[in-house]
Amino acid sequence: MVTSHQAWSVEAATVILQAMPAEERLMLPALQRIQAVFGWVPDESVPVIARELNVSRAEVVGVLTYYHDLRQSPPPPVAVQVCVSEACQAVGARPLAASLEAVYGVPLGETRDGVEFAKVYCLGNCALGPAAMVNGRLLGRCDVERVGAAIAQAQSVLA
Amino acid sequence: MTRIYVPRDSAARSVGADEVARAVENECGVRGINVEIVRNGSRGLLWLEPLVEVETSRGRMGYGPVTPGDVPGLIDGGFLEGAHHELALGVVDDIPWLARQQRVSFARVGIIDPLDLDAYRATGGLRGLQRALQESAEEIVGDVLASGLRGRGGAGFPAGIKWRTVLEAESLDKYICCNADEGDSGTFADRMLMEGDPFTLLEGMAIAGVAVGATRGLIYVRSEYPDAIATLRTAVDIARVDGWLGVDVMGTGRTFDIRVVEGAGSYVCGEETAMLESLEGKRGMVRPKPPIPALKGLFGQPTLVHNVLTLSAVPSIIADGPGDYQALGVDRSRGTQVFQLAGNLARGGIVEIAFGVTLRELIEDFGGGTLSGRPLRAVQVGGPLGAYLPAEALDVSMDYEALADSGGLLGHGGVVAFDDSIDMATQARFAMEFCAVESCGKCTPCRIGSTRGIEVIDKITAGVDRELNLVLLEDLCATMTDGSLCAMGGLTPLPVLSALAHFPEDFHRPPEVTP
Repeated sequence: MVTSHQAWSVEAATVILQAMPAEERLMLPALQRIQAVFGWVPDESVPVIARELNVSRAEVVGVLTYYHDLRQSPPPPVAVQVCVSEACQAVGARPLAASLEAVYGVPLGETRDGVEFAKVYCLGNCALGPAAMVNGRLLGRCDVERVGAAIAQAQSVLA
Repeated sequence: MTRIYVPRDSAARSVGADEVARAVENECGVRGINVEIVRNGSRGLLWLEPLVEVETSRGRMGYGPVTPGDVPGLIDGGFLEGAHHELALGVVDDIPWLARQQRVSFARVGIIDPLDLDAYRATGGLRGLQRALQESAEEIVGDVLASGLRGRGGAGFPAGIKWRTVLEAESLDKYICCNADEGDSGTFADRMLMEGDPFTLLEGMAIAGVAVGATRGLIYVRSEYPDAIATLRTAVDIARVDGWLGVDVMGTGRTFDIRVVEGAGSYVCGEETAMLESLEGKRGMVRPKPPIPALKGLFGQPTLVHNVLTLSAVPSIIADGPGDYQALGVDRSRGTQVFQLAGNLARGGIVEIAFGVTLRELIEDFGGGTLSGRPLRAVQVGGPLGAYLPAEALDVSMDYEALADSGGLLGHGGVVAFDDSIDMATQARFAMEFCAVESCGKCTPCRIGSTRGIEVIDKITAGVDRELNLVLLEDLCATMTDGSLCAMGGLTPLPVLSALAHFPEDFHRPPEVTP
């Protein structure tokens, strides 16, 4: 996760969109570009994208709300993704998720004290599960301590 | 100077490979020992990661799993000369787990620095593309047909027929689209290949482009694979500078270039038509077929869509002729399959071997049984849409037809093992839950059926009209199987019904003891 994001402005968004190479001037890449720069996709960006790509706002919202990765609110300082898929279930992903929920007092899917806990379906680390990702850093053979240490480290980097 | 290999694969890094590489560098620096550290791909023996190798006159000696704290002791013990140590594995190529494999697509993964083009060439890279540039399109397509190669993404469609269809389609604009949206739980071969030997994939795509007359290639990689995306993008740049991608491929005047596109967290975008929609920047919703993508694919143009492993098998088929590849395998499943051993197994990782190996050999000989040491109860083959097979059914031959005959599917080659602590009613519910979360919503059986499926399974486990709801569940599954537009809704019933068929006791427990 990029820790320094720009503050939203229509002008900045317009510059970003106009700088996109011709073959990437499509809705999903445009939304991804906006999110990369601002950290999320503010509602105000929808008419800007629609105008720049000559599509309707409804089409842009359709794409924005379809993809799990696109955020419609500012990102938390620390994002934790816990794999809940079969290969990790086979080695204790469910108890791990329950322990994280108990220790941090927050259900998966919610944010507390700047730490977001999200479910993810497979991180491609299926032989070394349970797997998790903390601010983009992949972890294998996870337990609560390992994930907790990565969260603490991510917080110390930001502090 | 001693050469030391520490993998850069993200699975190895997830258990500390970066820290180990730093420890080796620091410790050698402090002691004034001159070493060269190569960050290779992973050999695929993932339970031994971080697996450090030292080049010696006897071969590459392995040590693993290594922690940063082990490094001073290893150096004291003479590991730079390949000396014995409690972590020593001997010559890595001689480890039976590896020696028994038949690596074709993964021949180079873990051997070289993935972005070292000289090393790629020195290990036989680019011979396939060179040969393809001297052959006619018909000859290349003929070789792919003769090899018996089938689509490794899961459908198993003969690759050569697809190539011929795209070749014969008339259009000035054709595309090669590589599906690297490896969303199936229990699969990671695409990721390891992209991180460990990206040039093989690029070469396979370039050969495909030359063969069918496409000038543009796109690789659609899921966003959960940031390391693979970065490695591929660098590899594309290196290939362009070297002159085998771009406007003048190897000086022949032909054009073929590749763009790496990042997905946005949608499982169904691994379905080929949903992927094409996503590549066009739209919602990743499934298209009805026909028209098939080979005739009307990306932006309505003829498009060759293949999985990473299919395209990565191509360079060696073209370089060495189709005979070697065709000689491997059984019946209509020719060549090798890259199996991925995952879940509750003592020795998980990559096993590339000819079709026809049995599931028992994979689970017991390679996998070493369960990691937990408890009895094996179920194996899910082929990802979240694959069947759950009971521990008694391991003697099935791992090929497309034999697995289909036993009610399963090979899918992308993922094998996930579960011990006896697993509750199969919970797994069946999860299959429906996953479908509900990831359904694109285009067709009703998948969109609504998955949610109804969760509700019905909840009633069954809660003991509400159990027998009636079991009938309802089977009926619902039949509707999803027959009425869904793609494999997402069409195959979700497979894990559900196989769990019900092989493990009925889990659906008939008194409600109070259901987990």
